[in-house]
Amino acid sequence: MTNLLELKIGQKAIIADSIDERLPVKLMELGCLPGNEVQLLQIAPLNDPLYYLVAGNRISIRREIAGLISLDL
Amino acid sequence: MSSPLKVALIGNPNTGKTSIFNALTGLRQKVGNYPGITVEKKTGACSFGPDLNATIYDLPGTYSLNTTSLDESVAVEILLNRRDPDFPDVVVVIADVENLKRNLLLFTQIKDLGLRTILVINMSDRMKRLGIEIDVPSLESSLDTRIALLSSRNDTGIEDLKAILSDYKSISDQPSLDITDIDKAYFENLKTTFPKIDAYKLWLAITQDVNFMPIEKKVIPDRSAFSTKSKSELQKMQHRETVLRYKYINNALKEGYQKDLSKADGIQGVLDRIFTHKIFGYLIFFVILFTMFQAIFDFSSYPMDAIDHFFASASEWIKATLPSGVLTDLLAEGIVAGIGGVVIFIPQIAFLFLFISILEESGYMSRVVFLMDRIMKPFGLSGKSVVPLMSGMACAIPAVMATRTIENWKERLITIMVVPFTTCSARLPVYLIIIALVIPEGRFLGLGYQALVLTGLYLLGFLAAVVAAAILNRGLNIERRSFFMIEMPTFKPPQFRNVAITVFEKTKSFVLEAGKIILALSVVIWFLGSNGYSDSFKNAEAEVIQQIQQQGLNLSDEELSQKISSYKLEHSYIGVLGKIIEPVVKPLGYDWKIGIAVITSFAAREVFVGTLATIYSVGEESESTIVGRMALETDELGKPIFNLASGVSILLFYAFAMQCMSTIAVVRKETNSWKWPMIQLGYMTLLAYLSALIAYQTLI
Ligand SMILES: Nc1nc2c(ncn2[C@@H]2O[C@H](COP(=O)(O)OP(=O)(O)OP(=O)(O)O)[C@@H](O)[C@H]2O)c(=O)[nH]1
Ligand SMILES: [Mg+2]
Repeated sequence: MTNLLELKIGQKAIIADSIDERLPVKLMELGCLPGNEVQLLQIAPLNDPLYYLVAGNRISIRREIAGLISLDL
Repeated sequence: MSSPLKVALIGNPNTGKTSIFNALTGLRQKVGNYPGITVEKKTGACSFGPDLNATIYDLPGTYSLNTTSLDESVAVEILLNRRDPDFPDVVVVIADVENLKRNLLLFTQIKDLGLRTILVINMSDRMKRLGIEIDVPSLESSLDTRIALLSSRNDTGIEDLKAILSDYKSISDQPSLDITDIDKAYFENLKTTFPKIDAYKLWLAITQDVNFMPIEKKVIPDRSAFSTKSKSELQKMQHRETVLRYKYINNALKEGYQKDLSKADGIQGVLDRIFTHKIFGYLIFFVILFTMFQAIFDFSSYPMDAIDHFFASASEWIKATLPSGVLTDLLAEGIVAGIGGVVIFIPQIAFLFLFISILEESGYMSRVVFLMDRIMKPFGLSGKSVVPLMSGMACAIPAVMATRTIENWKERLITIMVVPFTTCSARLPVYLIIIALVIPEGRFLGLGYQALVLTGLYLLGFLAAVVAAAILNRGLNIERRSFFMIEMPTFKPPQFRNVAITVFEKTKSFVLEAGKIILALSVVIWFLGSNGYSDSFKNAEAEVIQQIQQQGLNLSDEELSQKISSYKLEHSYIGVLGKIIEPVVKPLGYDWKIGIAVITSFAAREVFVGTLATIYSVGEESESTIVGRMALETDELGKPIFNLASGVSILLFYAFAMQCMSTIAVVRKETNSWKWPMIQLGYMTLLAYLSALIAYQTLI
């Protein structure tokens, strides 16, 4: 199973059905829901944080959280 | 007359709540393209007709009723307590057309609280660009609300909103969802235990997770009271709730909201790739900062010289025109000089606010947060600490408040503790005058020495903040789990009106606030400087003449009167006071006059210059500008008081010392205890004294 950390800049994917129970609710509320499209837009220097376009929202989060969201390929 | 209708404006961050608040109330609260500009509740009045008056509440932005930072919880708290005097009669949810779906999540949550809720869809001016079409009546029925399509930028739709509000009694207060759907059995159980409390409110209380405040101030009752589910089970239920909400929203939007996906905004992507680039991103950031310092120093020197001379001649004019006497002296020497000491810094402060507000209005600030987060982490800070640290260049008070957006209490506390090191605008008056006195005017590689020293002082402030943060990070034993998240707003050309309002309002309040303190202190100091109780003060003339005769000197009338007035000053109340503190400040290279200025500027730093101006104006009369007078000051051996060693010592003292009552007050408020501001005051003053001492003793 892959997760958000494995995307390359510009790559798109669909968020998988299984949700890690540790995922902050806030992120789901911001669109990190199963079935939504996510694209990695930019990685900050030193590889953290990461900047995504999720369901039309532009948000930036740290690696520790991004690793909790798994993807369908 | 009935009491006014209470209307709360709530919505996701950066959707234009404050813009609409300003349009409704005619006030001028700060607006900017950064999520988290508003961090506290503001109120204003508005009327919708002859007998319908309303109180409007502008609130910080929040993505959800599940709050993860203090600014969000300020917004949500007002909705949860029916007995709160500010509890609204009507809630206006303000949404951004572009992210309508996400904005509606909060809308459904608020409706579930059983409140009368209206929806405003703002930024309708951007619909065409984004390829969005909206059928208002269809959405009104599918969302069970009234909708105003509005653009605060183009001033359209405000009247519709007022019309809807004036008919507020007809607005639905029915919930969007039935919260018990997420787990029937669990909610049945809750209902039997707490029959009187609304299920959704109970649910919010159970799932609230507070990480942004000191633990003692936990508002949430002990979770064990409802311990029928483990934390991870609850979290799963919340996930289920979110999925249900989005299902509802997708359904509701099916008919009334269309988005043409081919109209992607390509320019945004390009701008983002440049501004967040691993190398160019930083380069651009540093170029922006450097341009800012050059502008502050170079461009503003012309208006400043003009202002300085204006006040000098005003003071002379008063003395020449009004009949001579005590009041004229107070006016010319105390008040005009003191006010001149503030007004002279208007150009610089305006430039500073201009830069900061352009950075905020354009959407650039979030990119800085993104670039800096990882770099700040080892110091116990968050990327979001950069915004307070930068806006601290204007003033530490709003900067301390701005830390409310930081999700983690430890990161937030550390940010609050180190923000006062950033070079705020109140330090500028001190820096500029001392630099002008002791740093030569030459150039190095085309850059003026004076500008370089000023830039160095800004860097020093930033460095001190970062080092102090690293030490606090090791020393503070606070473990809080929370997560960092920031929305990156789309870039927008800064709106002139917003920038102009920010610059004007902030500069005005700086001048008025500082002006009040300086005015009061000038009068006090002038009084203490021109009165005394000792015999030496009363018989100054006779004693000086006697001294001169003993030494066999032959002085002109002007020199004689100068000697007399400085002798008088030394034996006045303030002179006596100054002599008492002189032993403490002497090792730093200050005479008693500077000592007095340092003490008075514990109220606020900018008072330093005003105090010196007042003291000197009581003393001598041959030079009329402040800098000119200061340059003439000499010690007993005839060497200038303001030399390189004492100058650097003053600069360092002001770089590190926490000299601002208002900052102490705001830190107390934001940390909820006297402990933190007192620690801050103590360690900053100690650092200031020691570094000034070392600098003076090595340079002399
Ligand atoms: N294009 C467009 N921009 C707008 C409109 N209304 C507000 N803005 C811009 O949106 C940004 C945010 O506006 P604010 O009024 O500060 O938003 P807010 O909701 O109070 O933001 P926070 O206090 O940070 O939650 C600013 O840059 C405004 O200039 C609008 O109708 N159209
Ligand atoms: Mg606002």
